[in-house]
Order: sequence, then C-alpha cells, then structure tokens
Amino acid sequence: MLLLTCPCCGVTAEETEFSNGGEAHLKRFGPGSTDAEYEAYMFARKNPRGVHFERWRHAYGCGKWFLMARDTMTLEVYGTYKAQTTEPPADIVDKIKARRPEWEGYK
Amino acid sequence: MKRYSAFAIAREAMRQHTGWTKAWASPEPRTHYDVVIVGAGGHGLATAYYLGKNFGITNVAIIEKGWLGGGNTGRNTTIIRSNYLQDPSAAIYEKARSLYETMSQDLNYNVMFSPRGVMMLAQTEHEVRGYKRTEMANKLQGVETRFIGPAEVKRLVPIMNIEGPRYPVLGALWQARGGTARHDAVAWGYARACSDMGMHVIQNCEVIGVESVGGEVSAVATTKGTIGCKKLGIVVAGHSGHLAELAGFRLPVESVALQAMVSEPIKPCMDVVVMANTVHGYLSQSDKGEMVIGGGADHFNNYTQRGSWMHIEETVRSLVETFPMLSRLKMLRQWGGIVDMTGDRSPIISKTPLGNTFINCGWGTGGFKAIPGSGWAMAELMAKGESPLADAFSMYRFREGRFIDESVAAGVAH
Ligand SMILES: Cc1cc2nc3c(=O)[nH]c(=O)nc-3n(C[C@H](O)[C@H](O)[C@H](O)COP(=O)(O)OP(=O)(O)OC[C@H]3O[C@@H](n4cnc5c(N)ncnc54)[C@H](O)[C@@H]3O)c2cc1C
Ligand SMILES: [Zn+2]
Repeated sequence: MLLLTCPCCGVTAEETEFSNGGEAHLKRFGPGSTDAEYEAYMFARKNPRGVHFERWRHAYGCGKWFLMARDTMTLEVYGTYKAQTTEPPADIVDKIKARRPEWEGYK
Repeated sequence: MKRYSAFAIAREAMRQHTGWTKAWASPEPRTHYDVVIVGAGGHGLATAYYLGKNFGITNVAIIEKGWLGGGNTGRNTTIIRSNYLQDPSAAIYEKARSLYETMSQDLNYNVMFSPRGVMMLAQTEHEVRGYKRTEMANKLQGVETRFIGPAEVKRLVPIMNIEGPRYPVLGALWQARGGTARHDAVAWGYARACSDMGMHVIQNCEVIGVESVGGEVSAVATTKGTIGCKKLGIVVAGHSGHLAELAGFRLPVESVALQAMVSEPIKPCMDVVVMANTVHGYLSQSDKGEMVIGGGADHFNNYTQRGSWMHIEETVRSLVETFPMLSRLKMLRQWGGIVDMTGDRSPIISKTPLGNTFINCGWGTGGFKAIPGSGWAMAELMAKGESPLADAFSMYRFREGRFIDESVAAGVAH
C-alpha cells in the first residue's frame, strides 16, 4: 500500500484515496502533428524499470491532480509536486540522485 | 528423449525409478544461433517449438533470466477460453484453445488440459447485452458459446448465490469447451520438446543489451557473454518496455501487477470456471482441491511482483458475496506477476523498427490461454515475414488507428 502526500491540500493518505493517471510530462500533439508524433503522445510509454514520473489525482480528497516521482522497482516515493510543472523540479531530482547514483537523469 | 507412457511408468516402477532421464538439457550458450528468443515463458517456448516443428528451424536458443516459466506463465490462474468479440482475437484464441486439446499428445507431456467449461457471469443489464452480442459474434466466428439463464447457472454451480443483493446473477456466457491446464507443465512440455529438437534452453542468463549492424540485429549481450543471432524474438511480457528500450524503440505498453491466491484444499465443490467481471473476481477449483482466486490488476506501473492489499480485499469481498461458503476458507498463498498492458488491451505480435527483430507481448492479464496460438503465429511471422493470425496484431496498428478493442468485451483480468 503506497502512502502519498497530496501537494495541493497537504493530506497524507493511503493509496486507496488516490487514482493513478499514467506517465507525466508527456508532450502533447494534436491536429497538424505527424502520425508518429501523435502515436508517441497517445500510446508510446517509457514504462521504465526504476524512476518513473507520473500523474496522480487526489480523487477521494481535494480532487486535484498532482505529479509524483516513484521507483517502479522498489515502490519508493521520492516526492510529489504540483501539476503545473513541465519537468521534474530540481529538489526532487537531487533527492533521487542521492538515493540512486546510477540513475541517468530525467530525459 | 525417452517417451513418457503408461508402459514407461510400469517399467520404471520395476527398477526403482532409476531410468528416468533429464527432461531437457542445460547447455552452455554457443556464440551464434540462427534465432534467439528472449524469455522462456510459455509464449517464447511455444514460438521456438513451432519454429522447429512447422518450419524446420532448430538452430535456436531460448534465453531466460530466471527459471523456466518463472514469469507470468507460472503465476497465472490458467483460465482458457476463446469467446472474444473481435474477429482477429477470436481467430488466434480459438486456434490456441484447439491446440490445447491435443497438446499433451503433441508434446508427449501431460499438460492436464481440462475443458470443464468457462462461465462469464452477467451481473448487470449492460453485461447481459454485452455477452449476448459476444454470443452472436462468436456464432459468426465459428466459436461455440451460449448465453444461459440464471437457472442453468445455478444448476451448473450449486454453490453460487445467484440472488446476491447488489449484483444478482442475470445469466452467463457459457463456453463448454473452455477450461484450465497445468501452467508449469505447459512450459516444461515445450522446453522438453525444444531441447529434443536440439534447441538450447538457457536459464539464469539475462539479456542486457541488443546489438545491431546497419539497422539489423546482430547479437544480444547477456550475463553469459555476447550471443550472435540472425533473427531475434523478444517475448518477455512485463519486461517488454525494458527490452524495447535496449533495442531502441518504445512500445504502447505499461507494466502493472496482477495478483492471485489459493485457499486451503477442500473437497470438490465446483467443476467449472467462473468469472465475475463486474465485481472483478474469478474462481476455479484445482485438482488438488484448492480454490484458485484471481482479481483485478493494479493501476500503477510496477515491476516488483507485489500487488496492493486493497485488490486482494476487493476480490475476496466480491467473491464472498457470490460464493458465501468461501468466507470460511483460509488462504494458503498469494502472489503477483507483472503483466504488460497495451492501449487497446489486445496483444502485439509484430515486426519492430529494428531489422530482423520481432516482438510478442501485450497479453496482459489473459495470455496463458493464447500460448500455443501465439507461438504458432509468432513462429510463422519470424520464419516467413508474415502470418495471417498475427498481421492484425502489428504494433503499428496504434499509429494507423486499427485498434482491436477488446476492453469492452474482456477489459478485466482473466
Ligand atoms: C496473477 C495472474 C493471473 C493470470 N491469470 C490468467 C488466466 O487465468 N488466463 C490467462 O489466459 N492468462 C492469465 N494471466 C496472464 C498470463 O499469465 C500471461 O499473459 C502469460 O503467461 C504470458 O506469458 P509470456 O510467456 O508472454 O510471459 P512470461 O511467462 O512472463 O515469460 C517471460 C519471461 O521473460 C523473462 N525475461 C524478462 N526479461 C528478460 C531478460 N532481460 N532476459 C532474459 N529473460 C527475460 C522472464 O523472466 C520470464 O520468464 C495471468 C497473469 C497473472 C500475473
Ligand atoms: Zn489533496
């Protein structure tokens, strides 16, 4: 059971109070983009073994979306941050690097 | 290879069982093979088997990072059925189901295929309509299924409470020829047959890199050294995203945990398989007497083979409502596997952006039933470059908008 802290309302709760929304920081492609770009946006996923940036929603709480860094090999949560962010914030990246020196960084 | 038979058992009984030989060889890898298959789960082994049997390609290595069938093939609840909605799915799953009927004879290995019948409960009006539609689709596809009413459900499964307060049983889609098989035996039987054809089954050897020359695969780097190959088949289920990354492309696949559990063994009480998709629970009784219980998949990416407690609770809660007697049972074991979910919940059997490299994945929560059909199609694709059973399952369907949408018919774990 994951224990998550919502960065919007500050509540820490069990995973059952939240819902997962898939990979974060996807670059959105719409009308006018190529088929390959649209496919990459809609379907292709990093699905990494290790550090994963993802979207969550505090579904049975304040209802807000937020973002989170989590390890898919250990289920460790590195931190949560606001949805209005285009790439992982520096403090979270530093924290991950301290825990996982071999991590290649966000790309 | 020594053939297994009633006579062999009698002969060995006479001489203290000293004459049995190893079922398969455990060779050191050679430096080069015509075909390398990554992943010795059911799908990888079946691919190798049909490469040999149907196409005479036997210079093949199947490379496995753990032990034979230690992935999802040895972790699933073994439900076999072919009552899918879309034509390409019905074709490949029905091919697989029919191959299961003769698998024990074909492999000379008892896979304990038990066509005891699979019942998919309709517990909402929406499901009744959905399954009646599937019944019609199955008629057109030549797959034998029947929509049955609550009275017949109760006759087939007396321990079921069909008048549950929240989700009464309104009927069921019944496939009499569906059932179960012994999962380990499927992996072992194929491994034995592959080994007998001269193929190398290499366990405890992880593929850690994919090497290419001029856009075509040339070798795989492994924990036992570099192994050259002319063609590469990637068949690693939950680890497909990782292998695709090593081969330089991305997949429409995400890996999540799916769990199952078994109870203490009890006397025979249910001789069919029951799936309750609205409440996410399914149930069968193993030959040992254990009740085998599966539920819904977790929602977040996960490689730990551990699932969330809430799903166990959810599954058990819903099953207890439909099968009140289960509430008295102790659970013996619980485990998880990492399943590979695609965007349209249908599998991928496909060429890839890397030349002479093929991928078979995306079977998600329901690929045990497909093993022989999938291996058959994948072998044909790898040998000939095309396969009627596989073509619709190309990974490029996502770019082209040709989805095989089974999530309405079978979007739950099964
Ligand atoms: C709990 C549970 C219940 C299920 N219930 C059912 C059911 O009732 N009916 C049904 O039809 N399906 C069911 N499934 C789904 C089914 O188990 C899978 O779809 C199927 O077994 C997949 O087979 P596979 O050969 O593709 O994968 P696997 O059996 O997982 O084999 C892949 C292999 O690749 C190996 N591998 C991975 N990475 C590497 C590497 N880098 N190098 C070398 N080897 C590697 C792994 O160790 C593994 O052995 C269930 C799954 C689970 C987890
Ligand atoms: Zn909140």
